[in-house]
Amino acid sequence: MLLLDRRGAKEETFTRIESAGESGGGSILAPFALIEEILAQHGDNRRIGVLVSNNVTADALEPYFDRLALIAVVFPSGTDGRGFSLARQIRRRGFRGILRASGPLFSDQFPQALACGFHEVEIPDANAARQPVEQWLAAANRVSLAYQRTHGAGENILDLRRRARLDGEAKDV
Amino acid sequence: MAAVKRPHMPVMLVANDLLEGDVVFAATEGWTRDPREACIARDDSHAQALESFAADEFRLARIVDPYLVEVTLNAKGHPVPRHYREVLRMLGPSNRLDLGKQADFKF
Amino acid sequence: MYAYDQFDERLVRERVAQFASQVERRLDGSLSDEEFRPLRLKNGLYLQLHAYMLRIAIPYGTLSARQLRQLAHIADVYDRGYGHFTTRQNLQFNWPKLKDVPAILGLLADVEMHCIQTSGNCIRNVTADHFAGVAHDEIEDPRPSAEWIRQWSTLHPEFDWLGRKFKIAVSGAPHDRAVLKAHDIGVQILRDPVTQQIGYQLLVGGGLGRTPMEGKILREFLPREELLGYLEAVLRIYNLEGRRDNKYKARIKILTHEIGIKAFRAKVEEEFARIDSTNFGADLEEFSRIAAQFAPPAYDNLPDVSRKLEVAQAGDEELARFVEHNLYRHKRKGYTAVTISLKAIGQAPGDATSLQMRVIADLAEKYSLNEARVTHMQNIVLPDVRLDDVPEIFAVLRENDLATANVGLITDILCCPGLDYCALATARSIPLAQTLSRHFADPIKQKEIGELSIKMSGCINACGHHHVGNIGILGLEKKGAESYQITIGGDASENFALGELLGPGLPEQNVPEAIDKVLGVYLALRQPGESFIEAYRRLGLAPFKAAFKEVADAVA
Repeated sequence: MLLLDRRGAKEETFTRIESAGESGGGSILAPFALIEEILAQHGDNRRIGVLVSNNVTADALEPYFDRLALIAVVFPSGTDGRGFSLARQIRRRGFRGILRASGPLFSDQFPQALACGFHEVEIPDANAARQPVEQWLAAANRVSLAYQRTHGAGENILDLRRRARLDGEAKDV
Repeated sequence: MAAVKRPHMPVMLVANDLLEGDVVFAATEGWTRDPREACIARDDSHAQALESFAADEFRLARIVDPYLVEVTLNAKGHPVPRHYREVLRMLGPSNRLDLGKQADFKF
Repeated sequence: MYAYDQFDERLVRERVAQFASQVERRLDGSLSDEEFRPLRLKNGLYLQLHAYMLRIAIPYGTLSARQLRQLAHIADVYDRGYGHFTTRQNLQFNWPKLKDVPAILGLLADVEMHCIQTSGNCIRNVTADHFAGVAHDEIEDPRPSAEWIRQWSTLHPEFDWLGRKFKIAVSGAPHDRAVLKAHDIGVQILRDPVTQQIGYQLLVGGGLGRTPMEGKILREFLPREELLGYLEAVLRIYNLEGRRDNKYKARIKILTHEIGIKAFRAKVEEEFARIDSTNFGADLEEFSRIAAQFAPPAYDNLPDVSRKLEVAQAGDEELARFVEHNLYRHKRKGYTAVTISLKAIGQAPGDATSLQMRVIADLAEKYSLNEARVTHMQNIVLPDVRLDDVPEIFAVLRENDLATANVGLITDILCCPGLDYCALATARSIPLAQTLSRHFADPIKQKEIGELSIKMSGCINACGHHHVGNIGILGLEKKGAESYQITIGGDASENFALGELLGPGLPEQNVPEAIDKVLGVYLALRQPGESFIEAYRRLGLAPFKAAFKEVADAVA
C-alpha cells in the first residue's frame, strides 16, 4: 500500500487488526463493525481508526467522532464515487481526525478526494507501481481553479471574482 | 477455465487502433485496415492464437476492444460477417457510402 | 450571451492540458484502459462503431457565429467536413483521432468551448428552451439559471463518479420546449402567484431509456438563492443512495421510484438543512453577474407586420410555406425566431456540413445579433431576426439546402445516429428516417397531416426520444435482423405522455405503410382543427391498433 497526502508519501502509523483480541502496537485501524469492542478494550490508551465501507451512513459514524483519530473510507473501485459524498458529510458534521480514502483510486482522482475533505489516500501497490507519488502530486494541481468552495484549497472562482470586483471598485474611487 | 461459448468458425479478429480509433483487422502478420486482408481462422486453436496476439497488442497500447467476428467467405474468399452489425462496422455508415472502409477500399 | 472571464478561460485551458496528460499516461501505461475510459468519456470522447466520436458541449444550445465557424473549421481539418447536432443540443464529430483530440480541445478553448462532462457518469451539459430570451410566453430567460448550474456542476469534485449520468434541463416558459419531464432534474422557472417572486419548481426522476418515467415534483417552489444548495443536496443523496449493483437501475428515477417521492424528498430536505450554503457559489451577486450578460439586446421599435415580407411571400410559394412553418412568435414586435431545419428531405436528421455551418454563422452575424441556437429537435434557430430580413435569409438558406419548410411537421424527424455510427445501437435509424422523409416529402400532404412528431431511436437507450414522439420508432434486433417497434401518443411537452405500443416489430420496408395506416385513421376520424395527438387522446389506441394490425398480420 502507498499512503500519501498533499505533501507526498507518508508512513503508515496505524496497525490493521481484524479482531478486538489483536493488539498490535501503537495506533489501531479496525473494521467499523468492531467499534464498540475496540473502544471498550483499547479506547483509553490507543489512537483508534476505523475502516468503513462507503454505504455506512454519516449518522452511524457521527456518535464516535470524538473518539476516533482516523476514518478510512473504502473505495471498492475508482468508479464508485459514494465515498466522495460520505467524506463531505463527515467533514461537514465536524469530524476533526484524519479522513482517509482507501482503495484503487487513480491519480486523476486525487484532487477530487482532497477537495471532498480527505486528508490522505491509500492505494494498492499494483496501482502505485503504475502511478507513483510524483504522478499523484502532479495531478493534485493540474486544474488550479474550482467553481466550488472545496476543502483545503484557497479561494474559489467566485471568491476571485468578488475580489476582482472589489479591486475594480477601489480603483474607481 | 470456465466454459466460454466459442464462436462458430471461421472467424476474423477486429479491434480499434488506439491512437487513430479506426477499425483494424488482425492480418497474417500485424494489422490491416482492409478487411479483405484479414486473417481467417478456421479452427479454434487458430482463433485462440489471434486472441493471444491481440492481447499482447492491447498490452502494448496499440489496439483496444479486440474480439472475434464470425464470418462466411464470399466467392472471392473475402470475409463477410454473419451479423449485420459487423457488416456495417466493416463497411462504414450505410447512409454515407463516401465514408468508412467501403470508401477507403472502394468495395 | 455569456462570455468567459479570465477564470473560466483558465479552467478550460487547464482542463485541456489535463486531458493531454491523460492521453500521454494512457500510452505510457500509467493509466490502464479501464481507468482511461471514464476519463476520456468525461471529456466527451467515445469509441464508436467505426472510430472515436467527440461530443462538444453547446451549453443550453447557444452558439455565436465565431463558435460555429470554429466548429466548421474543426470539421474540415480534423473530421470529415460535417457534424451531427444531437438531441441534447450538442455537436458530435464522428471521425476524430485520439492523437488529435488535445489540439481540437485547444481550438475549442480558443472560442470558449469545451467537451467537459458531455459523457460519463457525471452531471451532463445543461440544456434549455431553444427560444430562451425571445419566446413571447416566457416568464424569465432560463439561460442565466442554466449557466449558473453549468458553473456549479463543472468539475464538481463530489459528483464526478455518480452511479450513472445525470441530466438537467431548464425552462423559463409555461410551454415546455426542453422536455423537462424526461430529465433527472427539470428546472421550471415560475413566479410565485402571491409574492410575485421568481423561483423554481424542481422535477426529479424523469428519463427515457429502458425504463421511461415522467419526472415528479420534488419542490413546488424554491427561492433562487437556494437553487444550487438544493441541487447539491439532491445529487448527494443520489450519489450515496442510488443503486450501484445494476447499471440499468442506477439512474435517479429508479431511486425515486423505489423509495417513493415522499421518502426521497424527506432525505433531500434533511440534507439541504445541513448544507453549508457558503460552500458553493449560491450567492445572488454571482447570479446577477451572469444574468447581466444575457440582458436583452437593444431591439428597434418595429411595426407588428412587415410589409416587405408580405409582398415577398405573395410572389413566392416556398417562402410563404417557410414563413408559415419555420417562424416563431418573438416577444418583440417586428422580430421573429427563424428555425433552420436540418431535416431536408432525404437527409440524415441533424447533420450539417461545414459549409452549412459557415452559412448559418454568416446569417447569425448579419441578421440575428450574432447568435444561433441548437434545438433538441436537431434544428438551428436564429433567435433575433427582423421580419423584414426573412426574405433575404430565406434566399441564402435555399441556395444551401437549408430552407426546408417542415418545422413541427411529419418530416421534422428526430433521430439518433443509430447503428450507422453508434456502438450501442441494435438497429439503424438514419436510413429509415430518410425513407420516411421521402415518403412524406409532398408539402401539401405534410400540411394536411399537420403538427406531428416522429422520433426514432436505434436502441433502447432512447437518444432519439422515441417514447415521447407522437409516433415513436424503436429499432431492435429480432431473429438476427433489424426490426422496428412503433408507438403512438407520446408527448414531450408539458402534457408529457409516453407512447403506447401498436403491435409487434416490423421490418424496415413495412414501416412507411404502417404509418400510412395510422395516419389514415387520424385523417378519417379527426375533428376540424384537431391535431394527431389530440385525436389520439380522444380516440384512444384501439382504432390505430386495429389499422396497424392489418400490416403486422400481412408481414407475419
